[in-house]
Formats: sequence, structure tokens, C-alpha cells
Amino acid sequence: MAGEKKTATSVTGRDDDGTTLPGSAGLPRGGPIARHADSEAPAPRVTVNKAYKMYVGGAFVRSESGRYFQVRGSAVGHDTDPPTVNVPRASRKDVRDAVLVAHNAKVSWAARTPFNRGQILYRLAEVLESRSSELEASLVRGGTDADDAAAEVDASIDRAVFYAGMADKVSALVATHNPVSGPHFGFSIPEPMGVIGVIAPEKPTLLGLLSTVLPVVTTGNTAVALASELDPRTAILFCECLATSDFPGGVINVLTGHPFEVAPIMAKHREVTGIDAWLSDAELRTQVERLGADSVKRAKTHAPRDLEFWLGERQGQGIGWVEPFLETKTVWHPVGL
Amino acid sequence: MPLFSAPAVNAVAVEERAAALAKRSIKKGAKVAGLKLSISMMDLTTLEGKDTAGKVRQMCRKAVTPMDSDPTLPSCAAVCVYPNFVTIAKAALEGSAVKVASVATAFPSGQSPIAVKLDDVRRAVEFGADEIDMVIDRGAMLSGDYAKVFDEIAATKEACGPAHLKVILETGELGSYDVVRKASDLAIAAGADFIKTSTGKIQPAATPPVTLVMLEAIRDHFYQTGVRIGMKPAGGVRTAKQALHYLVIVKETLGDAWLTPDLFRFGASALLNDVLMQLEKERTGNYQASEDFSKD
Repeated sequence: MAGEKKTATSVTGRDDDGTTLPGSAGLPRGGPIARHADSEAPAPRVTVNKAYKMYVGGAFVRSESGRYFQVRGSAVGHDTDPPTVNVPRASRKDVRDAVLVAHNAKVSWAARTPFNRGQILYRLAEVLESRSSELEASLVRGGTDADDAAAEVDASIDRAVFYAGMADKVSALVATHNPVSGPHFGFSIPEPMGVIGVIAPEKPTLLGLLSTVLPVVTTGNTAVALASELDPRTAILFCECLATSDFPGGVINVLTGHPFEVAPIMAKHREVTGIDAWLSDAELRTQVERLGADSVKRAKTHAPRDLEFWLGERQGQGIGWVEPFLETKTVWHPVGL
Repeated sequence: MPLFSAPAVNAVAVEERAAALAKRSIKKGAKVAGLKLSISMMDLTTLEGKDTAGKVRQMCRKAVTPMDSDPTLPSCAAVCVYPNFVTIAKAALEGSAVKVASVATAFPSGQSPIAVKLDDVRRAVEFGADEIDMVIDRGAMLSGDYAKVFDEIAATKEACGPAHLKVILETGELGSYDVVRKASDLAIAAGADFIKTSTGKIQPAATPPVTLVMLEAIRDHFYQTGVRIGMKPAGGVRTAKQALHYLVIVKETLGDAWLTPDLFRFGASALLNDVLMQLEKERTGNYQASEDFSKD
């Protein structure tokens, strides 16, 4: 009895000598206290589910529209989510807001040295490596085959390392000294274009997002990406890696939602200077190209590719992924000065 | 100085009300109308040490025709420059209805002898300024020397002659809403045609709650005397959305009679381009890029 009284002290508001404080009489003994009482079995633990949010400007945000779409939690054992999971469904204004923060981030990101951008990308690889088992489990619960998931996570980390190394070599690979006729040097130098829209491929859900976004930001562009609608939860986990790496807020922004809604809005936004759209719907690809042309945008559209393509070091990465989103500045300089 | 007492301001209630009024959703036709109205209320401003005649001329051109591609857009209400550029602005605006406002009285600090400040005003008027934006002596205001503040405003009003007088309170330096209210009442009593929040050189500049406090001073004065005093928030109004929120606050506090360039102005430089961007967005349906709009 004495022990029970001591346990209940904090709840009932009795002070040490057992007198009851005013207003506290008759308070029931609550759940947390019950766990300490020897006579009762521990209450089953309530699992804490994650509220999935988009990643914009270095913060995790809901859609301004308040809309969600649902993805199914899988039957895989380590999925603690409920059978259906609500994920933000990006609206027109979410795209606008994300483009604005990407626009505001672009000057300082482009002003960093390529070497520094490489360091930050390598830091991302470090964070991904430390969370690789979590990423793998997330892919599996999102419907990726277990063997493929392991290979995809490994390739994703390696891809971040690849672009970390690429960052300070782009200029050497792409810049030229032009043979001009006359007493001048002619240099052509690559420069970032600004805000690039990315519609990540449906599959692979993690590697596809990384492979399309990283080459864009490596050179100093900022990106607004739409994650695969099949498995947005893994994309959000990737965003948590971004948030804990050294990427400044606003450099990579990831929205979740439907390509048929988001892609046309990105394609016609004048502040978006290029778009890299991986779309299974051929009509939507045509629409993106048309709207991109109307707003004088560099629009690249692609049909889906198989996993081999993405895993491959020759096809899934390289300078060919970086070059489409660079602007060339040519400088003429008089000889002899 | 006449005997007067200013009411105390309930800071929580003012901020609450200003925040509530900023929640109105204004879309489509009403948005376009509001944005066009806000252009017509704009005092396009450049007040920098690096101002040049070329920059002022370019700004005057933009004030008359905010966007070449749409000649139906209204002109701005005025341009606001330093006294040295009044003549240039006056010449550049000839034939248009755009007025020239000049800051004077040792802008932005106001910390010069009264004779110098009045001379500053007289010269600006001589150069052709239609409106004078004066600063009050915030040091005197804060130390309770209200008579000095009052007398300086009254003397400046006299020096203005036919020019309209806007009195800048520099609310960011006044410390509390109570002092803002007191300064507003003082300026109105001393003969201000307009009261204006800020110089733009001090943060915070114009905010919705501080504007609401000043509008309430104007409203109370109108109830007592039937005289309509104008209001000009300046500094910190950068986006079209903010401009619309200010218009809502004015309409809800003073009514439609104040929704005219004669009684309400925005002191701004960056605001115009954002308003133009939003108008283009409404016209075309596409979000615009800031690079597509002229910087000056």
C-alpha cells in the first residue's frame, strides 16, 4: 500500500506527507502510472507513425492545399505504417513556392566553388551510407524486390560519390578554348542555368530520383523535383538524408504528388529554366515539351527505362547527364594583353 | 501646441486584427482590380547615395508607363526622390499626371538644426516638388519633447506652401504602438496632409499593425473634424499580396473613400515589379520570371 501511494504521488498531486492538494482529490490513476504498478500487465505500446511531408526550402512541409493522396503500406513485416498512408499531393501553389525558394537559393549555390559542392555531395553519400539499411527496408515496403533494393541503395550511394567527384571536373570536361580567326582567345565556359524542374521516373524510386537530381545540382543549378508517385515514402526518407547532409535549404526541393498535375505547371513556369521529365505517359511528354517551348525552356523528356539502365555506370551517370542543364558563356579576349 | 491626449493602444488586439485582415483571399477579377489600384497608389522611390540622373529618369519613365506591353495599366501616383533630383524628375514627368515627391528636413535622421531643415524644404519646393516627405525628430518624440516635434511639423507645413506635406514617423524607432499613436495624432494636429510610417532606412519599416494604428488615428480625426488625412506605408511592402492586404486594412478601417491615390499611397521600389508579375500571371495563366521585368 505504501509503495502504491508513492507511485501515485505525481498523478494525484499528493505531497510527501500524504495530504491531498486542493483540487486534486479523486483524480484517476492514468495509463503511464499503471505500467509501474506490479499488479497490472504492461499496456501495449502505441506505435508512432510518421507524418510524411514534402521537402521545400530545407523544411518538411505539407501541401498548402491540404490535399493528400494515398499509397498502400505493404505487407512486409517491418512496415509499421497503417495499410494506407497519406502523402501530400502537391498543388500548383506548392510548385510556385518551391520554385521561389529554389530561385532564392540559386545565386549562393552557384557561387560556391565546385570543389565545395563536391564536398557537400560526398557528405550526402556519407549520410546515405549510414542509413542504407533503412533506405533498403523502405524500398522493400514500397514494393521493390528485396535483391533489387539492396543493389539500388548501393548504386544510389555510389552515384552520390560519382557526382561528388564530378563537381570540380565539369568545367575541365566541357569548357573549350576555341580556335578563332583573329588576335583573340575564345573561351567557352559552362554556367548553371538556374532552377531546373525534375520529374523523377516512376521506377527505380530512389535511384531514379538521385540520378536525375544530382547531376542538375552538381553544377550549381537548384532543383524542384517531383518524386515517384509509386513510393514517395522512400523519397521522403532521402530528403531526411538531404536535410542532415550539408545541402543548403532550397537547393534540392522534393514534392510528392501526381506528374499529370505537377509536370505541366513546372513546364510553363517562366522561372524554371529547364525541365527533365521522365514520364510514362507519351501524351504528357508531348505536353511538357510544348509548354516548355512556349516558355522558352530547355525541356528534356524521356520514356521509362529498366533497372539495368539506371544501375549501369555507363548509362545511368556521366557527363551526358550534367551537360543538358548548363548554359555556355563564350568570352573573347584580346591576345597580348 | 494645442492640448491633446492620445489613447493607449491595445497591442494584442491591434496585431490580432491586422493578422485577421491579412487572411482575406482576393482572387481573379478583384485581385486584378486591387493590383491596378495599388499601382496607381505607388510612390515609386529611389533614395540612395548612388542615385544618378539617369536612374531617376528611368524610374520616372517606369512610373508613367509601368509596363510597355500593357498601356492600359495606370501610372504610379508619384516618384519620390532626394531634393537634388527634383528638377530632373519634374522635367522627365512633364505632361504626365505623376507627381514629384521629395524627401526633405535632413532625411532620414532629421538631426539637423531647424533652419537647415526648413531651408531643405523650401528649396525642394522651389525646384518643383509637389509633395514633401519630412521626418520627425524621433529623439524629441521619445524624450517627451512633444512641443518641439509639433512646432517643427507646423513650421515645415508653412515652409511647404502649396506642396502637400507627408510626415514620416519612422515607426521602427518609436518603440511602441502607444508612441506611434501619439506621434500620429501630433502630426495630424500640426498640419500633416499625410502620415507615413517609415523612411525605409530602418527595420522594421511598415507593418500591417503599425499601419492599422495610424489609420485609426486618421479615422478618429475624421470623426472629430470631418477632415480626411492620407496614409502612406513605406518600406517593407514588397509583394503584391502584401499590397492587397494593406488595401483590405484601409477599406475595413476607413472605407472606400480612402481607396484613392489622394488619400493612400505605397512608398515602394521593389513592389511594382512583383505587382506587374502577378498581373501578367493573371493575364497569361503562367507564373512569371523576375528576369523578364525591367529592374529600373
